[in-house]
Amino acid sequence: MITGIPQSGAFRWTYRAYVTLFFVYLALPLVTVCVFAFNDSVFPSLPWEGFTWAWFFGDEAPYIGVFHERPILRSIVTSGVVAFWVALLAVFVGTCNAFLFVRHEFRGKGFLYILMLLPLIIPGIILGISILVFSSSVANFLEDATGLWFDGLRPGLILVVLGQFSFITTFATLVISARLQKFDPSLEEAALNLGATRWGAVRAVTLPFLFPAMAAAGVVAVLMSFENFNTTLMLVGSDAPLTITMFDRLKLGSTPVLNAVSLLLMVVSALLGLASLLLQKRSD
Amino acid sequence: MPNTPDLECRAISKSFDDFKAVKDVSFSVPQGTFFSILGPSGCGKTTLLRMIAGFQKPTGGDLLIKGNSVLEVPPNKRPVSMVFQHLALFPMMNIGANVGFGLRQRGVNKTDIKKQVERVLERVGLGGVADRPVSSLSGGQKQRVAIARCMVLEPDVLLLDEPLGALDLKLREHMKIELKQLQSEFNTTFVYITHDQSEALVMSDQIAVMNHGVFEQVGTAKELYYEPATAFVAGFVGEANRLRATFKSAEGGLLQMVTPEGRALGGVDAGQGLSPGETVEVFVRPEAVRLSRNAADVAQMGNTGQGRVENILFNGANSQLILRDQATGAEMNMALPQTGEFRDLERGAEIAFGWDPQQTRVYRSKGNAHGK
Amino acid sequence: MANDRAKLTFWLLLAPLMIWLLTLIVLPHLGMFLVSLREKVGVREYETSFANYAVFFNEPLYWNTFARTAYMSVTATALTLFIGFPIAYYIAKLTRGRTKTTLFLMCLIPFWVSELVRTFGWMILLRETGVISNVLQYLGLVGGPVEMLYNDAAIMTGLVYTSMLFMVVPLVTTLDSLDDSLIEAGYDLGASGFAILREIVIPHAMPGIVSGCIVVFMLSLGNYLTPILLGGKDSLWFTGLIYNQFITRFNWELGSAFGFLLLGLSSLIVFVGLKLSRQSLGKTMAQT
Repeated sequence: MITGIPQSGAFRWTYRAYVTLFFVYLALPLVTVCVFAFNDSVFPSLPWEGFTWAWFFGDEAPYIGVFHERPILRSIVTSGVVAFWVALLAVFVGTCNAFLFVRHEFRGKGFLYILMLLPLIIPGIILGISILVFSSSVANFLEDATGLWFDGLRPGLILVVLGQFSFITTFATLVISARLQKFDPSLEEAALNLGATRWGAVRAVTLPFLFPAMAAAGVVAVLMSFENFNTTLMLVGSDAPLTITMFDRLKLGSTPVLNAVSLLLMVVSALLGLASLLLQKRSD
Repeated sequence: MPNTPDLECRAISKSFDDFKAVKDVSFSVPQGTFFSILGPSGCGKTTLLRMIAGFQKPTGGDLLIKGNSVLEVPPNKRPVSMVFQHLALFPMMNIGANVGFGLRQRGVNKTDIKKQVERVLERVGLGGVADRPVSSLSGGQKQRVAIARCMVLEPDVLLLDEPLGALDLKLREHMKIELKQLQSEFNTTFVYITHDQSEALVMSDQIAVMNHGVFEQVGTAKELYYEPATAFVAGFVGEANRLRATFKSAEGGLLQMVTPEGRALGGVDAGQGLSPGETVEVFVRPEAVRLSRNAADVAQMGNTGQGRVENILFNGANSQLILRDQATGAEMNMALPQTGEFRDLERGAEIAFGWDPQQTRVYRSKGNAHGK
Repeated sequence: MANDRAKLTFWLLLAPLMIWLLTLIVLPHLGMFLVSLREKVGVREYETSFANYAVFFNEPLYWNTFARTAYMSVTATALTLFIGFPIAYYIAKLTRGRTKTTLFLMCLIPFWVSELVRTFGWMILLRETGVISNVLQYLGLVGGPVEMLYNDAAIMTGLVYTSMLFMVVPLVTTLDSLDDSLIEAGYDLGASGFAILREIVIPHAMPGIVSGCIVVFMLSLGNYLTPILLGGKDSLWFTGLIYNQFITRFNWELGSAFGFLLLGLSSLIVFVGLKLSRQSLGKTMAQT
């Protein structure tokens, strides 16, 4: 903090007002979404008709709450399954990548590193269509050649998982690499010196050290997977994850049940985000 | 106004909430002086310096530069420049742009800036480096660029915030001499803060010893060393053995004291006007103590004793001997002359020592007085 | 023996990376490129040609949409930078301790929820029956309901909102690393606040500015939700065209060509941005 630069009072107050306004801007849409989850009206808009829990627990039309809306509940489960697999794969591959890039020197390392970063700068929708086009071509080719069906390569959950995995892995790699770089290799050498095997040393010393970063990467992966829309939109089949279901509802016109889902999403994301922050703090 | 000091502080003070960092400090620095403020960390010296630079507003008192109060002048308009602790050279600019920064802010035209930058760089012995990046310089060269960057503005006072702290020992020794030379060459008033007594002693014309927000003593290096005014100064500047005793009587300018173990000591009052019966602290420098294997050699010295060698800290010319006084059981630290005479001295050996009461300074005991 | 083990480890670590990059990044993009070069001349009959790209350049709607998307994305990026920079500076340099952490986290919180939810929030606020319209009527500032949705300003509001995090985080990180004493030194040497901003703060923050701008531009360019939901049917966003070609018209060849054009534009901007600021991709991405 710079205490030394004197500023005029007017400037300081203007600056503070600006910062306050900024945070109001940030909070406004979210607060609005949350507030209208409790409006006793079938439209998420003014006027305020009174407070109700119906959009969470209601089971009488038109007041069907989140917990009685089958399509929404089903899509939450779908999103959860997708997020689980994406996180698992991304953390596994991310950990391998971290070891590869931090511990090994090889020809083409710089090139591969840049290639590894590319998913960050490819728009999600392009990632989606390229995987769609490619997997469909492969499926066509295999079906023509073998006469069997390859439904896994057609739009559906497997492609959604692969599509999200394709860019979330980059984040996982960066998070885990950052932690591995801070690792003091002499700890591993000490374990070797004390008679551990190479794999034993990695398992006993390095992996526990990496664990907070791996867990944080996993949480981030779950969050990103849950939120992802662009890539998923191009690859989705008949089982829609939550964001897609909500998008379809939104296009048709919405009831406050969407507000209720959003509110629940916020609570869960906030908890997960907090968990990842705590994990990262622990790893520092 | 030939006799107006470059910098004058009048009862300046600074409080943070209920903590008083600087308490009513007054001093003045004549033109061309190398003035150091020496004190342990947390003594308020950085706050004082930042007030002079204008980065902090005093809560009381006045600050004058060349006789004019600058309290209302913001730091970018004050005729003082500062060399920061980590130098704060702008990494986004080359050396020339760094040195020319202040001139650019004044709106000096480009050709003049170029000329002046080259001239000041030559004066610090770095001609022709203007187009190189800052990162190409060594630690000592960076130091000189930081000084050149300030000096090109011809400030009335140059403030230096422990700029040698980040350097390694060898370079620090070298830079002490160089800084002093630069100062006398530019003939600018330097105000230098440090916690390192040797930096202050070597370079300064005047040193202020600061502790707990006040100046304990202001004087030349020799004055601080030979005539420390307070127990803190005696302990902070140079090494000292500290003994506790009770003041018995005064005889012809010499004080007679006795330690709790019953050993008699002679010393001189450091000017605090002690009266018999007071508990006092007795300071004697390790290098003032003479050692001898033969007790008769030191018998004439006034304060004498016998001790057993506890430890020898060999460090070339700065070797020390740690001795257990047999009479009092106190541990004493003394310089071990490397004349060869004591080369075969071993731990456990017995040796006689003595020192002159004139070299023994006596202060009023403050209970838990500070010092080393 | 030990050498063989090390080699085996290396290959085992390399395998997942290669499988990932080849099957999900490199081959799909190559495949998409090949598909974009296919011209349909009959039922299941194709010829290699640039016909799909020719369609793009011959149809004003297509390249107008393309140019509009690029132009709007640049505007959104600039706006995000101008709005976000003072905030980042405030967080990095004018607060400390608890306040700093809290403000920084408050910047992050909106982004823990799905973009869909955020956009939904803006819809509730901006539409004709929405909150802002009602508040304005209540205050007597407008006579009847005002529709603030389905125009460019709404799209811009949503894009800036959605991108803010990706600008503020790298800016806070780089500004945080700016040594305060550099600012003080500048001030001590006589600089005004504006001169310090221009000569010290902005040059130092350049890596953060570049990486923030690149990410925000890319996200805006590739955004689908915000323009479609806030801009309505006539939002004319290029990703909307791609979606239509793929899902509605089932013209994958043209869709792939569009996809490639979008990818080309986005890569070009990233490349130019990196060159102009003399940054490397690796360093820039490490900021985010």
